Amino acid sequence: MSATTTAPRQNGFSLGRLLLEGRAFFALIAIIAVFSVLSPNYFTLSNFLIMASQVAIYGILSVGMLLVILNGGIDLSVGSILALCGVCAGAMMQGIELPWAGVILYPPVWAVVVLTVAVGALVGALNGVLVAFFKVPPFVATLGVMYVARGVALLMTNGLTYNNLRGQEALGNTGFNWLGFNRIGGVPISVIVLAVVAILTGLMLSRSAFGRWLYASGGNERAAELSGVPVRRVKITVYTISGALAAVAGLVLASQLTSAGPTAGTTYELTAIAAVVIGGAALTGGRGGVRGTMLGAFVIGFLSAGLVIIGVSSYWQTVFTGAVIVLAVLMNSIQYGRGGRKS
Amino acid sequence: MTRRTHDMPDARTVVLAARNVAKSYGNVHALKGVNFDIHRGQVTTLFGENGAGKSTLMKILSGVIQPTTGQIILDGQPVGFADANEARDRGISIIHQELSLAPNLSVRDNIFMGRELRGPLGVDFAEEERQTRRLMEELEEDIDPLIPVEELRLGQQQIVEIARALSVDSRILIMDEPTSALSASEVEVLFKVIRDLTAKGVSIVYISHHLEEALTITDHAVVLRDGTMTAYAPRADIDLDWIVRNMVGENYDLGSPPDSDKRAVALSIRNLSVPDATGKDLVQGLSLDVRAGEIVCIYGLMGAGRTELLETCAGRLRATGGEIVLDGHEISHLSIGDRIARGLALVPEDRQRDGLVQSMSVGQNLSLASIGTFTRGLFTSPRDERKLVEDTIRKVTVKTSGGGAPIGSLSGGNQQKVVIGKMLATNPRVILLDEPSRGIDIGAKAEVFRLLAEGARQGLAVIYSTSEVGECLSIAHRIVVMHKGRISAEFDSAVTKEKIMAASGESVAA
Repeated sequence: MSATTTAPRQNGFSLGRLLLEGRAFFALIAIIAVFSVLSPNYFTLSNFLIMASQVAIYGILSVGMLLVILNGGIDLSVGSILALCGVCAGAMMQGIELPWAGVILYPPVWAVVVLTVAVGALVGALNGVLVAFFKVPPFVATLGVMYVARGVALLMTNGLTYNNLRGQEALGNTGFNWLGFNRIGGVPISVIVLAVVAILTGLMLSRSAFGRWLYASGGNERAAELSGVPVRRVKITVYTISGALAAVAGLVLASQLTSAGPTAGTTYELTAIAAVVIGGAALTGGRGGVRGTMLGAFVIGFLSAGLVIIGVSSYWQTVFTGAVIVLAVLMNSIQYGRGGRKS
Repeated sequence: MTRRTHDMPDARTVVLAARNVAKSYGNVHALKGVNFDIHRGQVTTLFGENGAGKSTLMKILSGVIQPTTGQIILDGQPVGFADANEARDRGISIIHQELSLAPNLSVRDNIFMGRELRGPLGVDFAEEERQTRRLMEELEEDIDPLIPVEELRLGQQQIVEIARALSVDSRILIMDEPTSALSASEVEVLFKVIRDLTAKGVSIVYISHHLEEALTITDHAVVLRDGTMTAYAPRADIDLDWIVRNMVGENYDLGSPPDSDKRAVALSIRNLSVPDATGKDLVQGLSLDVRAGEIVCIYGLMGAGRTELLETCAGRLRATGGEIVLDGHEISHLSIGDRIARGLALVPEDRQRDGLVQSMSVGQNLSLASIGTFTRGLFTSPRDERKLVEDTIRKVTVKTSGGGAPIGSLSGGNQQKVVIGKMLATNPRVILLDEPSRGIDIGAKAEVFRLLAEGARQGLAVIYSTSEVGECLSIAHRIVVMHKGRISAEFDSAVTKEKIMAASGESVAA
């Protein structure tokens, strides 16, 4: 992609350095190789497509998380925003009753999608305003919003789940399951959505002025500000995008399940953070890229899917995932340890 | 003047000595082979401008940092301190220029931080408190040992810092600018304490920018300049002139004011006031006009309000009153980015903290303030960016392997040129530089000044601040001296160093 995704380069070729910088890629290759040997069902096209469509949810979330982490922040609210937006979409699909007009509105699917993404963006913007204008530490601001969004989702449904979101021909709102079930050229729509999101974000980071602003304000906010970078606008924008992408992930998930529940996406924010970290981004901000984050998401997804396929207990999956994260953080501190701790 | 030889120090009179001590940070040479003696039971004062290497030398003597080369000799024996604790165990303690207190802890806990007194039931707080009270009495300061340090005013915090150094009963006490926040009466008490200590045989190293104040207490004077020792003499042989002469040097050529036709007023500051967090004015009703093609130097001591003035002009700080007028337009309400777009750029004082993004390359740092000029529609143009970066590298003569090199690979002087180049790339009409020569060597200094003179010749209005008198008498057409938030004097380039220093309150008795 661009030079912004790599650590300071050194002269000469070194195998250790190559392994360190391409660690997420090599980890993914290793995971695929090991499970292909252990199970004949792993290395098949259909399995890869199924795994990829599962990764899509985390992947979309982790792209948003990457932007926030590049800015030096963290967004704990994405799992809750995912649930809230799924519930919003479910409510709209079930029909919005307007008692004063005596009608029930059934918005078409495209309107449901637009409105849902708008809700996610709005909640994300709330995070951004709290962090940028009220100087609330990102951890605390998004933790609060995490609880509030989850609570609102539970209130809206009274704790229940909206089922059967396929819509009805008569109401003209069919097609909600298109996102989760359809394929174009054999590729699930969710994977295509992930690819589009990743490519657009990658272009934005490497080629747009905004991308440069983001790297600069994450690397040194004071210097960026004095260079004329609108640091507060950058901050609000990244949290807004993160919220909007959480809404997209919520739509994909609700569509895959054709149901939307208020407890969906619990702890997904942690998986997204893990993907970003495994992808080599620095939690202090300013370093990282989409390519790494995608690799990180696929490492987590392919690892847990592989463990399921070979029949390892889900408790062990948790242990393995945790070990991978710890290892990734360890590698990050080796890579950034010297350069990143300048006073 | 007496120059010290490389002889071993006389262990009877010299308690601690540095021989040929040098310290380098990458390509930056902070100290270049310095010899320094601390006399037993006497006060040795170290004079020198900012960046001369005083603090570096003191940090080496107290074990905070290790010298690149050279020897430390304690009581006639060569020693090497692994860290400050080891030096403290050998009886050397230091009062740092920057306060190193934990603001949330009490005075007592700060004084005994890291070496708490142990009793049968954990820490013996009662004994710590008793000793703290005794120290406060000694320093004639009415401070409750249990009050959190953050609730004390700055001067009292400095007293706590001093008390902490006194509490360890050291043989050698290094005081790096201990009086910068103290009132005149507190300084008197401190000097009494110093005399008591020397009478008990404690050796003191004293560093201060208040030259006369230091002369009243010292027994020996040592002058550092650009990392080398330029002069040494006992108190009886010296006076103020001697110190100033040796501090700033005679042949210190940083260029002369460029011939440029001074045109219309480019930047006009009118009656500007800037408060600090507590509402006290750091800049008080200051007015200043700078013309296109003119170079103005702002001289002042630490805390004179220079940084606040420049940062307010650039938009980092908000003024409570007054106007900032750029080319006839009031700009006080504009954002930093808008001010840069209008042609007002600031090169901040601390390039690590405010100037550079360490995680980005040389080129990305250089182009950071002018991204708009190479953005075509949605995307940046790599070709135009490369051109801008290469042009700027050539213009400000950055020594680098290219725009892709990591910023950390550059020397301090070249990093500073990157920060200046970044702002020059925005094509400013007025450039403000806050201590542009801080922490860079004399060669880089000269190049930076040449660059500014060249800019002025082409119609750029330049304002730079400095705390080194020698730099006032170089390229500046006009020298403005700030003291306590106001302009205390204004000179043309024919003024003498002594007059400038007098106006700043530096050598005048407080």
